[in-house]
Amino acid sequence: MNKLAVNFAGVDFKNPVIPASGTFGYGKEYEEFFDLSRLGGISVKGTTEKLRTGNLPPRIAETPSGMLNSVGLQNPGVDHFIAHELPYLMGKNTVIIANMAGSTADGYREVAEKLDQTDVPMIEVNISCPNVKAGGAAFGVSCEGAAQITKIVRAATKKPIMIKLSPNVTNIAEIAKAVEAEGADAVSLINTLLGMRIDIRTKRPILHNNVGGLSGPAVFPVAVRMVWQVANAVKIPVCGMGGISTWEDAVEMMMAGASTVQVGAALFNDPLAAVKIIDGLEKYVEDNHLNSINDIVGAVKPW
Amino acid sequence: MKYTQGCYPIISKTALAKEIYDMTILCPDAAQAAQAGQFINIKVDGFMLRRPISICGIDKEKGTLRIVFEVRGKGTKELSQLAEGDLIDIIAPLGGNGFKFDGYNKAVIIGGGIGNPPMLPIAEHFGTNAKIISGFRNSSAVILQNDFAKTGAQTILCTDDGSAGRKGFVTDALKEEIAKEKPDVIYACGPSVMLKRIVEIARENGIRTQVSLEERMGCGIGACLVCVCRTIRDGEEFYSHVCKDGPVFDGEEVNFDE
Repeated sequence: MNKLAVNFAGVDFKNPVIPASGTFGYGKEYEEFFDLSRLGGISVKGTTEKLRTGNLPPRIAETPSGMLNSVGLQNPGVDHFIAHELPYLMGKNTVIIANMAGSTADGYREVAEKLDQTDVPMIEVNISCPNVKAGGAAFGVSCEGAAQITKIVRAATKKPIMIKLSPNVTNIAEIAKAVEAEGADAVSLINTLLGMRIDIRTKRPILHNNVGGLSGPAVFPVAVRMVWQVANAVKIPVCGMGGISTWEDAVEMMMAGASTVQVGAALFNDPLAAVKIIDGLEKYVEDNHLNSINDIVGAVKPW
Repeated sequence: MKYTQGCYPIISKTALAKEIYDMTILCPDAAQAAQAGQFINIKVDGFMLRRPISICGIDKEKGTLRIVFEVRGKGTKELSQLAEGDLIDIIAPLGGNGFKFDGYNKAVIIGGGIGNPPMLPIAEHFGTNAKIISGFRNSSAVILQNDFAKTGAQTILCTDDGSAGRKGFVTDALKEEIAKEKPDVIYACGPSVMLKRIVEIARENGIRTQVSLEERMGCGIGACLVCVCRTIRDGEEFYSHVCKDGPVFDGEEVNFDE
């Protein structure tokens, strides 16, 4: 019996480890390092209604124990994704999660309707990208906006939908409850934290977009806290992410209440990070005589 | 594309100039696959992002790759602390597009500052059919002149202040060399302003250029879409990715404007 298997929002994953959208492209590049079928799933690069060229470079800045990015949802558009990227990915024996965003509410509807016509088993809805002016985080930072987009996407597809939440809010649990009430099957969190770096020699922000999203180990404690708060506030399952780079981090995130985890920035440091986390979880389950990795979900014993 | 990730021994390390280091890494698989113009992505303890460093030497028989890098920040400073015998964690070789040699007999090779190291494998290919124009700030920054001379190529050294070689920019030397004998191709790596001017001069003279670009990188393999540069093909401008579509580009296809 596969002790790492999880059923997440009605979808079977062979293990709970999923490379995070935006860090893994459409998977092809990482096939040079390992077999994609090792992964529980892949949240692929976000797709929008039309091609987006993204932001001007520089798009990345290193930070203590982390990084800022301001890619700006560069992608070839949903039609290209469905025609040219998805068919290849669907043959990889791992759960493909189509990550999507729109520049308007109608844009979200359009992309969701198109993805609904495909074989993709799950949709992750990004309402929290900090790097685009229209849409993106604008919807994700209020309960009304988050609920509005969830309702639109819910009406557009019967597939399981997972709403990706922004940490750049006062009370993330309230946002989670708002999307749950509109029919979200799961939530994923956290997207990146809005940050900024300045080159003191040139007085210029390092990112051409001036600000960008912080990820990496630096955000991990914030992510654990938010996952814990959200998991206690909603009944739908939580996919935890934000700074996970080791199997211990994954266990911690699951104990906070995450049923699955996503790994992002760590892949830039070690392209095998996700695979090593899976190996670590296997050993952890054996060493602790667990019947299933599910046994640790929400197992934290708060003081 | 096939690349290797792992820890490999540093078999030699020397300082070439102030804050410029020369390392040779024993990594037979990566050396076998490497081509001129490609780079390696180096993990540095305590830092999130790997450091992309261009390949300065490829010895397929000995199974080694050579890199020459400048200490520019804390990460490269840490990297410079590694010593002979230490292991270095690299992904190599990276870069979907290196320098191309086919169909060219006579080359002018231009390096500006720390843009010089990736030019050495080109010089080795062309030998006496190459002229190498190297530019540096001043004499204390000059590197690789003996290596370039050993290839048999003619070397032309320029410094901004005239403290070594001739005083002036590489572009002045380029114009003179073109006037003497027009090359089939110009290869260049260095600051963006230098590359832009070289491409303009080459265009005026009907010479093709291949330029190696630099941009802040994330994954180094084409997945994260961070390291974009502006390129133009068939009149249409679009973003290319330095790590996967480059780092070498046809100079005519690059938009160097700020």
